[in-house]
Amino acid sequence: MNRADSFLDQLGKTVMRNIEEMGKIVMLFFSTVSWMVRPPLKIRDIFKQMEFVGVKSIFVVVLTGGFTGMVMALQGYHGFKMFSAEALVGSTVALGMTRELGPVLTSLMVTARAGSAMTAELGTMRVTEQIDALYVMAANPIKHLIVPRIIAGVLMVPILTIVADFVGILGGYFVGVEVLNINPGVFVKNIYKYVELDDIFNGLIKSAFFGLILSLIGCYKGFNTEGGAEGVGKAITEAVVLSSISILVSDYFLTAIMF
Amino acid sequence: MIKLVDLYKSFGDVHVLRGLNLEIEYGKTTSIIGRSGSGKSVLLKHIIGLLKPERGHVFIDDVDVTKLDEKEMNEIRKRFGMLFQGSALFDSMTVGENVAFPLREHSRLKESEIKQIVIERLRAVGLTGVEDKMPSEMSGGMKKRVGLARAIAMLPEIVLFDEPTTGLDPIMAEAINQLIVETQKNFNLTCIVISHDIHSIYTVSHKIAMLYDGVIVEYGTPDELRASTNPVTIQFLSGNIEGPITIV
Repeated sequence: MNRADSFLDQLGKTVMRNIEEMGKIVMLFFSTVSWMVRPPLKIRDIFKQMEFVGVKSIFVVVLTGGFTGMVMALQGYHGFKMFSAEALVGSTVALGMTRELGPVLTSLMVTARAGSAMTAELGTMRVTEQIDALYVMAANPIKHLIVPRIIAGVLMVPILTIVADFVGILGGYFVGVEVLNINPGVFVKNIYKYVELDDIFNGLIKSAFFGLILSLIGCYKGFNTEGGAEGVGKAITEAVVLSSISILVSDYFLTAIMF
Repeated sequence: MIKLVDLYKSFGDVHVLRGLNLEIEYGKTTSIIGRSGSGKSVLLKHIIGLLKPERGHVFIDDVDVTKLDEKEMNEIRKRFGMLFQGSALFDSMTVGENVAFPLREHSRLKESEIKQIVIERLRAVGLTGVEDKMPSEMSGGMKKRVGLARAIAMLPEIVLFDEPTTGLDPIMAEAINQLIVETQKNFNLTCIVISHDIHSIYTVSHKIAMLYDGVIVEYGTPDELRASTNPVTIQFLSGNIEGPITIV
């Protein structure tokens, strides 16, 4: 086999492997949905995961949202100043946060904090035979482990996005009004004028989809971990990278469809 | 009776089981011995339906479990308990919640009744007052005991033991051996033990099967195996480097 054939062979294998993996993730999604509608739901486990994914991520989301809004105001101000359009800083921050940065940055932060932890926990359960123990006790691991995590991801990422949007706009207001001396009335008025309810609503739909992506990939990678500690580490890296890329790529297509 | 018939299983190019046959009697302790990597755990996972063979059958009371779907298999699994090598306790739950898990999952008992059963099962394995501890606060031997308490929580007919004494000090290993013997007798269990701990096997077993090269090469009582003339069995039991079993 010459070098070109070898390259094509490797390329083909990589493409096939990735397609196969995507298929397995989709299968896991349908399997999860089928277990989601079969009672009883593990309410206690769902709330536990919602606390972990949502409540415990608030600090990092507030920090991310706040500083993003602040830096947007700062950068926007210098840009708009060239056209004497500083009054548009408020609406630019608000539109940027609600449509794009709120959903995307929140999802990326939750991926890093909670998605990776999902993979680590399920991966450790896999290599220490805790998942086998569930099967042996005739308890379905998808219902017990994956359903609560995915429900938590889909419900909590939009709520965190609302927090990020609000704190981001507040950060932008602080920098715009207090630091750069933009008129507060104009700042707020332009937000009301240019930001529509659909901007916020579509941003939340995106974030629910990102919540599904990060929890589904996190669970899939953890659930299929092989090997010991090294395998768990590898699974976490793969989960974070794949989730982040999937969020960014799907963001483009969702934006193209929605806005 | 549990019957394994002409069982084949491979992982890639590695042929682990190559036409294995074995009959396991109820109400007795049957041990399966063999080198590490010889396929003992694979065999156990076929019995409980965690793995499906490429060829062959696993009969439990004349029901071929290799043909069952997940729902049907779960009904069979309710007759089983299993003690895992690393205990496999759920580390997000307390000891009490671990033992209560199968009861909460498959019975309609009241919480007070479940609590009482948890205390009884833990007492049966020699543990008291540990219900609220986390698995991470316990030693390896205590975890094995909790694992056994969880395995017998539903009073199953059949209990599988995956390397029950591996990683334990000799005194704790002997304590676990005695526990297996007592539990088997007290609850009239069918126990299937896989191990390469020869002393443990002689202590707990009514019957021993020697697994080598993907098949059972010898099956008999401990005394019959001690008197074996099979060179594979002789080498394994004596721990001799020289012989038909090669070190890879």
